[in-house]
Amino acid sequence: MNVTETQASTNGNAIHVDQVSRHYQMGGAIIRAVDHISLEVRAGEFLALLGASGSGKSTLLNLIAGLDRPTSGAIFAQGRDLAGMSSEDLARHRNRTIGIVFQSFQLLPRMTLEENVELPLRLAEIPRAERPGRVREALDRVGLAARVKHRPTELSGGEQQRAAIARALVNQPMILLADEPTGNLDSKTGDEIMHLIAGIHRPASGPGRTIIMVTHERALAEQYADRIVTLSDGAIAREERLR
Amino acid sequence: MKIGDLTELAARNLREAVLRNSLTTLGIAVGVASLVALLSLGVGLQQLVDRSVARAGLFDTISVRPRQSTPFGQRGGGRRDARDATNMEPPRVLDDAARKEIAALPNVVEVNPEVRFTAEARYEPNSQLVMVSGMPASSQGSGALDGLAGNFFSGPDAEEVIVQGDMAKRLLNEGQSLDSLLGKEITLRFAQRQALPPPSEQAASDAPNQAVGPDEEAMGFSIVPSEKKFRVVGVTPASDTGGGRVGFNNSGMYLPLAVAEKLQVVQGSDLREMSRSGTAEGVRYAALNVRASSPAAVAEIESSIAHMGFAAFSLIDVTRNLRTFFAIFDLFLAIFGSLALAVASLGIINTLVMAILERRREIGVLKALGAADRDVRQLFFAEAGVMGLAGGIFGVLLGWGIGRAIQFATAVYLKRQGMNSPNIWSVPLWLMLGAVAFAVVISLVSGIYPASRAAKLDPVEALRYE
Repeated sequence: MNVTETQASTNGNAIHVDQVSRHYQMGGAIIRAVDHISLEVRAGEFLALLGASGSGKSTLLNLIAGLDRPTSGAIFAQGRDLAGMSSEDLARHRNRTIGIVFQSFQLLPRMTLEENVELPLRLAEIPRAERPGRVREALDRVGLAARVKHRPTELSGGEQQRAAIARALVNQPMILLADEPTGNLDSKTGDEIMHLIAGIHRPASGPGRTIIMVTHERALAEQYADRIVTLSDGAIAREERLR
Repeated sequence: MKIGDLTELAARNLREAVLRNSLTTLGIAVGVASLVALLSLGVGLQQLVDRSVARAGLFDTISVRPRQSTPFGQRGGGRRDARDATNMEPPRVLDDAARKEIAALPNVVEVNPEVRFTAEARYEPNSQLVMVSGMPASSQGSGALDGLAGNFFSGPDAEEVIVQGDMAKRLLNEGQSLDSLLGKEITLRFAQRQALPPPSEQAASDAPNQAVGPDEEAMGFSIVPSEKKFRVVGVTPASDTGGGRVGFNNSGMYLPLAVAEKLQVVQGSDLREMSRSGTAEGVRYAALNVRASSPAAVAEIESSIAHMGFAAFSLIDVTRNLRTFFAIFDLFLAIFGSLALAVASLGIINTLVMAILERRREIGVLKALGAADRDVRQLFFAEAGVMGLAGGIFGVLLGWGIGRAIQFATAVYLKRQGMNSPNIWSVPLWLMLGAVAFAVVISLVSGIYPASRAAKLDPVEALRYE
């Protein structure tokens, strides 16, 4: 891709999904998990991907995250084509450009919160002396500064998800991907987490972040997202701009 | 990921499944221990033989004799070649000219005559027949006198004697220590050549002999009994305490070479040389001992001496074969020792494959957070390497202990059999470091498959794994 193409694909967008498909071979049948989807996400936008189970929203999120590669089409993140990246570059993309929050938190149970949050810094080869400050800052931001030495099993679901958010943000990525972040939480804790994510999207001070959140709860999406894209059978069924 | 972080994470992961990983590490340790124990015995035995041969001065010494002489009791007089059968010219005599010629050869350090004779040693009230040898000053630093009690000769002309331990025992009374002989005088009684006065005409017609020494030139000699006192300055260890052979000759007493030469003792070869030689003048030697600068130079010197027309003999070929034998012996020991390590490597593969299954989701999380395939591969390699390193170090210690135990048991057994107990066990630094390195390499090789498998895990699949 040349410079002009890069600029065109960026064009103020954090993410540009261009005619992306992800097909799986299951025996003789082809499963079209994502089928020719095109989508643009502006820098600083909060996009909710809505859909029923199996609609392809998580697959699309994994493709944007660089955890999976599309069968066809192109995905640009901050102007860089993920399809053209080596696995090393994709790993760097996951480490620096984006942060991921999972439904089931995915904290490593053998490590303390501090160590869990430090992991992306280790992978980014951040100097050892710099790490404790950044870990503290990230945990402080999600209100867990007092729990640094605790293991995930000693925390509630909400606390674990907040720790996962701290881990996703510790490398200061500009894009936060959240896959059903409240799916494993009760509604009150879910609200707290969504409030936290909204704060990350539009902080009281400093730059905001682009958020792409997968959810099946329309109410949640309507309350926090700038735009809702509804997927059905691997394709975009509806697009609504809320703000 | 940086190596410090990799090692830290690897150590943490290993601590989590401490029992399984400890057992795997123990398996490696047992493998390394068997390797170290067997090889240390092989090395120890080789060193024992090397020491014995080196003590006998055989690595760098060549015995030179006239062609008809019979070195080391061989029948037929040393080396012969096809030329000997057809060349009817009289063989070269081993005289001063030959000695100088040999000394001028490259890599020859010194050339000494072999002075060796039988004498009666008296240390009241005991007396013994003893083989006496002249010992050059160079023997002092050659290791030939390891374990010597007392001192080496104070000078080349000192009338001093070093007594071999077994001979000292025979001269001493029951219960006396070998050291008690130091400083005492021993009387040696021997057969001495004495030059005959200028021959009368009658004698000249009756005895057309040639003399052997400078004083006896063309005059012949008589043999008279003689005796001389020597002060004991050193006693070598007895054979039951690790001593035994000293130098090229297995003698009971040693005199400074120059002193031994001056004694003009009749040697076995004198009569033979006298009857064989018709025209020679000056000193004739029954044998010369040639010392080479290194064992590597022995073969070339030996060949040059043979071309000069003398019989040359060294044990270099024997020692070369000995080294080949020990190389093969050590190889077999290493193969047997490595079998346990090979089994241990299967343990590493098993442990790491189990770890992949258990930590599938963790691998997915690491990849989601930005770990490249290379990072995951290196992490598993680091875990295999840490197990190998720990197992290697522990194995070396274990092997060292096993070797010590074998040495101790052997010593006890040999002592009960009334034999001395030489050191048959040795763990040199190269063996320790090599064994640890080998354990790490084997562990890393064992880690290739699990590490590749972990690196290839699909992160999406891995994150779904419960």
